[in-house]
Amino acid sequence: MPKWGRGRILTEQSLTLSFERRTILLGGAQFGIGALLAGRMGWLAIGQKDKYDKLAESNRVQSQLIPPRRGWIIDRNGKPIAINRTNFRVDLIPDRLQDPDRIIDELRGLLNLDSDAIARIKEALDRSPGYQPVPVAEDVPYERFAAISVREADLPGVASSSGYARSYPLGAAVGHLVGYVGPATVDDYKRTKDPLLITPGFKVGKEGLEKVMEPWLRGTPGAKRTEVTAHGKLVQDLTTRPEKIGNILQLTIDAGLQEYAARRLGTNSGAAVVIDCVHGGILAFASMPAYDPNVFSGGITKSEYAMMSADDHLPLFNKALQGLYPPGSCVKPMVSLALLQAGIDPGERVNCTGVYRVGNGLFHCAKHSGHGPVDMHRAIQFSCDVYFYTMGRRLGIDRLAPMARTLGLGQRFDLPFTNQRYGTVPDPEWKLKRFKHAWGQTDTVITSIGQGYMLVNPLQLAVMASRIASGKDLQPRLIANRRYGPQGGGIGLSQEHLDLVHAAMRDVVRAGTAASARLPVAGVEMAGKTGSAQVKRISMADRAAGRTASEGFQWKYRDHGHFIGFAPFDEPRYAIGVTLEHGNHGAAAAQVARDIMTFLYAPDRAMTTLAALEQGWGGNIGDRMDAQVKRWEVAHDSSPTPQQEADTGPDQGTVD
Amino acid sequence: MRIPWGMLALVFLLTGFGLVVLYSAANGNVRPWAFNQGWHFAMFLAGAFVLSRIGEERLKTVAFPIFGFLCLSLLGVELLGAVGGGSRRWLDLKVIRFQPSELMKPAIVLAIARYYALVPATEIRKISTIIPAIAMIGVPFLLVLVQPDLGTALMIAFGGIVTMYLAGAPLWIFGAGIASVAALTPVALHMMHDYQRNRIEIFLNPESDPRGTGYHIIQSKIAIGSGGIHGKGFLAGTQSHLEYLPEGHTDFVFATMAEEWGLIGGVGIILAYLLIIRWGMGVAMRAETRFGRVAAGGLSTTIFFYMAINLMMVMGLAPVVGIPLPLVSFGGSAMMTVLICLGLLMAIDPRGRRRPT
Repeated sequence: MPKWGRGRILTEQSLTLSFERRTILLGGAQFGIGALLAGRMGWLAIGQKDKYDKLAESNRVQSQLIPPRRGWIIDRNGKPIAINRTNFRVDLIPDRLQDPDRIIDELRGLLNLDSDAIARIKEALDRSPGYQPVPVAEDVPYERFAAISVREADLPGVASSSGYARSYPLGAAVGHLVGYVGPATVDDYKRTKDPLLITPGFKVGKEGLEKVMEPWLRGTPGAKRTEVTAHGKLVQDLTTRPEKIGNILQLTIDAGLQEYAARRLGTNSGAAVVIDCVHGGILAFASMPAYDPNVFSGGITKSEYAMMSADDHLPLFNKALQGLYPPGSCVKPMVSLALLQAGIDPGERVNCTGVYRVGNGLFHCAKHSGHGPVDMHRAIQFSCDVYFYTMGRRLGIDRLAPMARTLGLGQRFDLPFTNQRYGTVPDPEWKLKRFKHAWGQTDTVITSIGQGYMLVNPLQLAVMASRIASGKDLQPRLIANRRYGPQGGGIGLSQEHLDLVHAAMRDVVRAGTAASARLPVAGVEMAGKTGSAQVKRISMADRAAGRTASEGFQWKYRDHGHFIGFAPFDEPRYAIGVTLEHGNHGAAAAQVARDIMTFLYAPDRAMTTLAALEQGWGGNIGDRMDAQVKRWEVAHDSSPTPQQEADTGPDQGTVD
Repeated sequence: MRIPWGMLALVFLLTGFGLVVLYSAANGNVRPWAFNQGWHFAMFLAGAFVLSRIGEERLKTVAFPIFGFLCLSLLGVELLGAVGGGSRRWLDLKVIRFQPSELMKPAIVLAIARYYALVPATEIRKISTIIPAIAMIGVPFLLVLVQPDLGTALMIAFGGIVTMYLAGAPLWIFGAGIASVAALTPVALHMMHDYQRNRIEIFLNPESDPRGTGYHIIQSKIAIGSGGIHGKGFLAGTQSHLEYLPEGHTDFVFATMAEEWGLIGGVGIILAYLLIIRWGMGVAMRAETRFGRVAAGGLSTTIFFYMAINLMMVMGLAPVVGIPLPLVSFGGSAMMTVLICLGLLMAIDPRGRRRPT
């Protein structure tokens, strides 16, 4: 190359040559670049055609998921427990929202939203990851829904849609049984990336059966495909794939009985479980008070939730499965079966003086004056503690605990619930592991009357009742299946022993501790056993003050009351377990059991009883819950505006 | 006078195809684009023939005055913009909008060719010869750059530099140029307008801003890629008709075309351009004077730059710099420039001259 200013001397001729060379070079470069461009285009149009085809298609076609309707939940007779009804809803899609304050303000007017709702929406908007819709209102009356629909173009980010909402005709009576549904969480979506989860109006099971049976109930979403312009203008509808409705879930539950049991529990905090003694199906599974799954599924307000959390009757807690209580005297039929199996003569008498001494410890009988000489039959009938202290000690924990387990105590059952607590059947090994202490005689004595370390849930009480009643290894079932027949496996109990215990339990109801629980139904007799479990020990100071029973204590210190029973006593068909928290003693629980059993044989009579009771309680479950909300709101100064009250008109939807 | 029928046929073909594409881009209407485009073409083609009658000697005499006038006009645009507020690229002459930066593209070629025609062959590689040429390119380049119009500024610079190359400037100056551009790039990036820097960043990674400027490139690639070999068929492009492709009738008309006519249409356009340019380079080879040769090569390359930059842009190989595809894209300016170039090439072409019989 030539150097600075001192290069090869150019002439016109060499310049022309240089020009021609350079022109050819330039022309070549131009063709080269042209070929390169053609090659690039070929790469886009051939090599990457599939990729760009897909992108062009996803530009052109907007696929909108149609959330599937959930499968119905029905009872053993086909009566609906959870269904779907049409509703109208309004959501905000944060990603498309342009002027949130203006839009929310307009929606406030159009939907008549109160300040509580506005606060909730704003908070949800702040937390939303943008793609997840924020519900503004559900169950919108049609007129308001239509008013928003026609203005949607002026309200970017607002999505109004008609869909289906879960509806539970029995309300709170099935709350703990079925659970409720709600929008999927952001975490759910992040994990699965399933676009269905962020489709407005789509809900997943959050609790109970709705949660556990989610895959069965969900169904398959449909899709609506539309051709849209870049500005979102609809050009034409393409094909629509219909949704596939979720499967129907049939339960062993009897909806009528379930509702009755829930209502009959009344203002108590407690649980009632009824089991079919032939098939093992659970006919009623009530825990009260409960939340109304309709309210929960629609999105509960903060103040309602705060109210429920603060309630000492624990409406958010499924006591039938998760409530653990000392079973108290309810274990006496079970202990008796263990005694019989150990060869103890049922006729042998123990003299009850009202007190039993082990070393320095004094154990009192429920009847402080003592029962006098009692055999097994009378010990069950009148619930004599001293008899069982004595006999239990003779039997030993090693023969007592296995019987408790055989009858279902401390056992976990194969039921569709995520959270099942199974309590404790204590034995020396367990105590050593848990407390690093050796098992003592006093432990056996106290376990013999169902106190001490023993803890059971109401479902286990009902299972125990059903196994004592049938003598069979009944496994409780909740989901009905045509293939399920009667359950048959024995549990090694002789009919003779069962008959002895059944007779004693019959006399408990005929003329014993649960005499008030006789069924008002001709020809059907219930057998049973009461139980009460101390929550607070009656101290010497209490005795000195004259409090020899827990009625004198504050509600939360009163004894728990239990009842187990079955009917008819001579040919057991139904078994029941009832627990009333702080219900003082088993008699109250026995009366609840009586009415629930009566409902199975004479529903009209049972309803008459209930009607009178509910009048005294201040209405049925729904009335009482509404009143409770009002009281709470008054107390917490967030009373609803009159406008809002006027707005809660009748449901707009129809059952699908 | 002999008329270059082959070249004209290609120009008609290209423009005609462009009209078809514009007809489709307007959802099967001649309005608002195809009809106007046809009129523009007729007008500018007539202008090109008028230009072709100017003798080469006359061209040589007006090259400097026109260049000077355009430089002043650019300055005027800049000053008016400063007074009126906001950036402007044109002077409103009531009758037409006069856009000096567009005319500068052929003018710089003529001016550089004219300059080198003055330099004796022996002086051509001297530094003292090179500096004025660089200054001649630098002035309009900077004036257009600050408008701001990076695409046009670059085309003016490229046109001038190629003309210098053809005129015989020493190769080391281009090496030095490339080196200094590389060295100055960080400085330039710093001095750029935000939107310009943004465009370059997005060109390097269009997916970083799929809703903003990157959207153009993404949608354009989708249109071209989904067109495949045969295209989706006339009036059947979804990217353009559903408005996903922005500027589908102007800068991104190639993508609109490619979606409906596929690779076949695209290669056809590239070929037509290359053949027109080859005709122009042929004119350069047979031109009889140094001025004619250098000017013809530079003008042909200006047409090439239009095509190359536009196609690189729509295929994601260059930043979005706002260079249309002349004759096909809707809009008069680029069409006018290209037809001026072609008119000038016809004027220079010795074959076109009336021969003494």
